[in-house]
Amino acid sequence: MRERLELRDTVWLTVSLALVAAPHAERLATWVSLLAALLITWRLYLARTRRELPHRALLIVIVAAASAGVYLQYATLFGRDAGVALLVVMLTLKLLEMRTVRDAMLLIFLAYFLVITNFLYSQTIPTALYMLACVWFITAGMIGIHYSRAPRSVGPQLRTSAVLLVQATPLMLVLFVLFPRVQGPLWGMPTDSQRASSGLSDTMAPGSVSQLTLSDAVAFRVVFKGRVPELNRLYWRGPVLWDYDGRTWRAPRTRYARPSYNTEFYPVDYTVTVEPHGKMWLFALDLPGRLPPRALATSDFQLLSPEPVTARVRYDMTSFLDYSYGLDESDQVLKRNLALPAGYKPRTLELAQRLRRQHGTDEAVMQAAFAMFRSEGFSYTLAPPRLGDNSVDDFLFNTRSGFCEHYSSAFVVLMRAAGIPARVVTGYLGGETNPIGDYVIVRQADAHAWGEVWLRGRGWVRVDPTAAVSPARVEQGIGATAAASALPLFMHDNLVLRRMRLTWDSMANSWNQWVLGYTPERQRALLSRAGLEDATWRTLAGLLLATTGLIVLVLAFVTLRRLRVRVHDPVSRAYAAFCAKLARRGLARDPAEGPLAYALRIARVRPDLEAAVREFVALYVALRYGDASGENVGRLKKLAREFEA
Amino acid sequence: MSERIDKIVEQVGGVILGKELQIRLALACLLARGHLLIEDIPGVGKTTLAHALATSLGLSFQRIQFTSDLLPADILGVSIYNRDNGTFQFHPGPIFTQVVLADEVNRATPKAQSALLEAMEEHQVTIDGETRRLPAPFFVIATQNPSYQVGTFPLPESQLDRFLMRIQLGYPNVEAERELLKGEDRRDLLEQLGACLRGEDLAELQQEAQQVHVAPALLDYVQAVVNHTRASTEYANGLSPRAALALLHAARAWALMEKRRHVVPEDVQAVLPGVVGHRLMSTVEGRRVNGFDAAEQLMKQVPIP
Repeated sequence: MRERLELRDTVWLTVSLALVAAPHAERLATWVSLLAALLITWRLYLARTRRELPHRALLIVIVAAASAGVYLQYATLFGRDAGVALLVVMLTLKLLEMRTVRDAMLLIFLAYFLVITNFLYSQTIPTALYMLACVWFITAGMIGIHYSRAPRSVGPQLRTSAVLLVQATPLMLVLFVLFPRVQGPLWGMPTDSQRASSGLSDTMAPGSVSQLTLSDAVAFRVVFKGRVPELNRLYWRGPVLWDYDGRTWRAPRTRYARPSYNTEFYPVDYTVTVEPHGKMWLFALDLPGRLPPRALATSDFQLLSPEPVTARVRYDMTSFLDYSYGLDESDQVLKRNLALPAGYKPRTLELAQRLRRQHGTDEAVMQAAFAMFRSEGFSYTLAPPRLGDNSVDDFLFNTRSGFCEHYSSAFVVLMRAAGIPARVVTGYLGGETNPIGDYVIVRQADAHAWGEVWLRGRGWVRVDPTAAVSPARVEQGIGATAAASALPLFMHDNLVLRRMRLTWDSMANSWNQWVLGYTPERQRALLSRAGLEDATWRTLAGLLLATTGLIVLVLAFVTLRRLRVRVHDPVSRAYAAFCAKLARRGLARDPAEGPLAYALRIARVRPDLEAAVREFVALYVALRYGDASGENVGRLKKLAREFEA
Repeated sequence: MSERIDKIVEQVGGVILGKELQIRLALACLLARGHLLIEDIPGVGKTTLAHALATSLGLSFQRIQFTSDLLPADILGVSIYNRDNGTFQFHPGPIFTQVVLADEVNRATPKAQSALLEAMEEHQVTIDGETRRLPAPFFVIATQNPSYQVGTFPLPESQLDRFLMRIQLGYPNVEAERELLKGEDRRDLLEQLGACLRGEDLAELQQEAQQVHVAPALLDYVQAVVNHTRASTEYANGLSPRAALALLHAARAWALMEKRRHVVPEDVQAVLPGVVGHRLMSTVEGRRVNGFDAAEQLMKQVPIP
């Protein structure tokens, strides 16, 4: 272990460490990344030019300075970010005192540890694949160090490493499936709640939803039990916005109440897996018929998680696509849903009053507003012109082109001005059916805003003014709208690309469901399907030990079989049988003992066997080492068979 | 024919008492057409052994005492101007003989050493641009003092490699030493020795040694030995292919002396310390390797396939 490290091993190890640390570069403070890069480069330079490593005193100074720097930067030395920063700095510094094989082994194990820390930040398939490659690389380096004297090239080293990893795979699978799980995500680390994640918010101003349509990030995925409803019925309900200040819509302070239905038709069962978005909302189709576990609902049918959704959440859901609710809505609520900002006197008010005068009933006023959107030159665009201070007026009378938030906002203001209680509902519309894996992907790009009006005798009714302007948006999804050229590349209908994208998403979904989402419940379900009801951790541990033991035994058996010299030659076999017989009498042959020496030794210890042993060994030597022909092999076999020790 | 070998062993054994194994090894080395290096402290009979061997084999014998001021010309010979006929005349050096005893070879400077070693390798010498063949058979039996002694120039590995075998004599045991003390003067004994072989006999024996059968199973063993030294971390360098060949040649000669028509692993083991001892170096710095110990250990570590 005191052996000095060879140049190629040093370089290999340094490079693999750089590879493992690379994904951390963007997460760490800039100076930490730069310091690490600098130290790694320095080490490679020293290795190449075969110079002395820096003096220990200098390293101590750097260690102290870097630790102080990390403390100042993160205000602690513990926790995820500070810990990883410290680990990266110390590892790269350790490189600078890596002289012997022992140092290298230490670094290798720390590098494996650094691999794990990457999963504290990202658990996606690409991360996993990259880290797998890193482990492969590090292991190859370790193999290289242990065979430092054999002439070698990179190929066999990497091959051996791959073989080791493949052999470890069954162990990994067993440990993954059987190891007692803890509640919570696989990498349950407290994450920063203010982490920026895109998604809906509880306010809506012109431009806020159209921003989202540029993002192909997945909002949630849905698996339907049974037929998938038509795309234009998939209104995924999100925040409901009540209050308007002339430009921005806001959600009211949450009112928890068990919302009530009047009628329930067309139930749809499905399972939703929501990607973390840092807010409280959970999504369901209009209207949700039950609550996800531990979730709450507001009186306007928003589903709220008890804490911000910072990890993936999965829940089963039932919705009723034909519904009516809110028939007996309280006056207080209705009043609030008629409110317009005080002193708000835009031209829209006049328009609303005119509509009200011309068309008597609430329904007629609504129809008139729809007709106006349809016929008076309104257009649907992803890149709407900027609106002035009075955005609704500006939109209705000047620009007349906008996105769903413009239409829903203008429509609701119009309705309120005409005396009809109305509010804005945000959420997602439609989604993409993935035939591979058979589920629906809803992306941030599917974000949508629509309206709800309260009609006497009908309760809250969904109205989607966007449908009047751009029916295609509602019927076929965001990708089909006329302004598609403004959409990001991923929405264009390129068949190959689309198929690749869907395949990839299907894989990501399976990964989320079965690897990251492998919770104690799933484990229990899986085990009970295998006939193990209510397995305690004791049963699991026993099963785990038994299975891993079995796997190790099988691997050892296979490996040892390969190592064993396979004796095909009948002469050698006869000799082996002969030696085995003597070994049973305590006269085992030393592996390095030649046949003649062996015979002499036996003759000394057991003079009674001398003649038989001499005869056999003489024949054996003649057959194996001499140029005697093979006709005596039969006799040798016979002698071996008949030999009695 | 092989009875004659026994006779040689017996005859030399009468001069060098109690060293039968070393005598047999030395003889095997010569039968395998290899040069021999005898390493030991002064006074254990190195020179006597060489002399007795040469005489018993019926070969011409010359001794060169290596000293630090020995020049190559002292070994190879020199051309001297002859005034009578006005030409240069070559006076062959002591190397022009069948058996050269290079005594205390590590006392000479590397320059003188290399003159000898070139001759060993090529079986010819080039002096003044003229190449002269050495007589056949041509053997060098070199003796050297253990290199920790004062005033020595240790032979480099490349030159050690030219010797097929290196053996050590060691002190005689009590009985042998008593015999020695009681007996006649060794020099007188040497003079009484007669040749056991005639003219072509040695060449014939060497030929015979080369024809000893080597089975694939034995080659497996030789390769296992060589590969072990290459893969193990105990040795600074593994054995070279030349060392493997040397091992095989020596084992053949040994098998012939054992009156066998084929080589068995025991033959390889018998010559192994002599053949690989001076070719192995330990990796552990600061530790003098005793090549013989290393070879013994190697023998125990490699199983016979």
